[in-house]
Amino acid sequence: MNLFSLIGDFATFFFRSLFIPWKFRTSKDRILEQVYNIGVGSLPIIIIIAAFTGLVSTVQATYQMIGTVPRYIIGTTVGRMVLIELGPILTALMVSGRCASSMAAEIGTMRVTEQIDALEIMAIDPYRFLNLPRIVGTFISLPVLTIFAEFVALLSGAVYAHYFLNIPFSVFSYGIIHFFSMRDFFGGLVKSLFFSIVIAASGCYFGYIVKGGAKEVGRAATYAVVSSSILILVLDFLVALVIFG
Amino acid sequence: MIEVKNLSKMFDDLVVLDNVSFNVTEAHLVVILGPSGTGKTILLKSILGIIPVDSGEVLFDGKPVQSAKESEIYDIRRQVGFVFQSTALFDSMNVCENIALPLVEHTKLSSRQVRDKVQEILEIIGMVGKERLYPRSLSGGMKRLVAVGRALALDPKHLFYDEPTTGLDPIMRDRIVQLIIDLKKDYKKIGIVVTHDLDTAEKVGDDIYLLKNGKINKLKKIGKEVYNG
Ligand SMILES: Nc1ncnc2c1ncn2[C@@H]1O[C@H](COP(=O)(O)OP(=O)(O)O)[C@@H](O)[C@H]1O
Ligand SMILES: [Mg+2]
Repeated sequence: MNLFSLIGDFATFFFRSLFIPWKFRTSKDRILEQVYNIGVGSLPIIIIIAAFTGLVSTVQATYQMIGTVPRYIIGTTVGRMVLIELGPILTALMVSGRCASSMAAEIGTMRVTEQIDALEIMAIDPYRFLNLPRIVGTFISLPVLTIFAEFVALLSGAVYAHYFLNIPFSVFSYGIIHFFSMRDFFGGLVKSLFFSIVIAASGCYFGYIVKGGAKEVGRAATYAVVSSSILILVLDFLVALVIFG
Repeated sequence: MIEVKNLSKMFDDLVVLDNVSFNVTEAHLVVILGPSGTGKTILLKSILGIIPVDSGEVLFDGKPVQSAKESEIYDIRRQVGFVFQSTALFDSMNVCENIALPLVEHTKLSSRQVRDKVQEILEIIGMVGKERLYPRSLSGGMKRLVAVGRALALDPKHLFYDEPTTGLDPIMRDRIVQLIIDLKKDYKKIGIVVTHDLDTAEKVGDDIYLLKNGKINKLKKIGKEVYNG
């Protein structure tokens, strides 16, 4: 399979999943269900990841800079790192591992057990029934999770700095707030919107095209995570060039 | 009336359907008999445009399927209930939700009306009281019954059954055969039954065809010898 036809298929699949009549009356429950699965379901792991990210960034920033700059700069550095880069990217990678794989496995299983054929025969568009809610659900959930992760990371960094690094809350938060820029914050969110599309579309796509049985379903889950992770990093770079470059 | 005209389908060099033609006329249940692996499932799915064919076409009350736009195909499929060999029940939904799905998706019925309709279907298929069970806790035969129920939900004009009795114990097999007969007699549900089981074919079929090596032939009478020669 060549790369260009894969990208073409992938893009066609994505547009075919979204640019259809949404039939909101019946789709809305399925969208809410996905928001719940992806958003609420990912919260525990996101809290853990974000808390440690905040701790590590604070330790590292302090190690590299303490003594050479005013102490509030530690807050600034951690703040910008988390808002621009770490929050969006780590949240996206976690959600990719958790949700792209399960979407591919679920849809792939439905494919090999003829449940997708059953939808088509019942004249229920499987793109609208399966893919649309997952893509929209991720699109809604990921930015919210990202904001949440950023908040948790900054909080854990500030707590650590206060109790262990002799940088009081007021100083750390001054560093964050005084140099806070909307561009950092919204740049991070724009990235997470792009990431959400990549995660859900990979999960659905690799599940949808499964042929075979259990082994192929497993492989689809792997492809979904690997390709969405790579695409997340590529997109991160491209968006960084446009917004911050 | 369903007219199947000269359908042909190949996979690489394997000829699965070779100029297959037949009609499903009013009030007739057509049985397509054939050993496993001859292409019976492929035939049913290609009639509905789920699988693309190499040539030929199918007319549903004069409307062509293969050359139809997506929305037209969906309109045609809505008149057909399909019972999969694997049942293809949605494993994330219970019996009631499986049967209700087409109603929720395609009609504007209130949830109360949907519930009544599901009850009515559960009575027809003899599964009252099982509506909260998930497919994983049903036996093979019960899944088959629910699959028939789901196919009935939209009150389709036609029913297609793919190996409805294969792999069932004799009692369940008789129950399904009786259901197919009752649905034809009492509810005027006609269509196509594909099977490799001579006994089922004989009991339910008005017209019986043999599909073998891609060719279809009408049978006058059936016996074990149809599979030979
Ligand atoms: N996607 C496919 N690619 C290649 N061969 C296929 C495919 N699907 C089915 N076949 C072949 O077509 C033949 C008919 O299959 P099928 O219609 O499922 O048989 P059955 O009569 O048992 O329902 C089989 O020999 C099968 O191996
Ligand atoms: Mg078959």
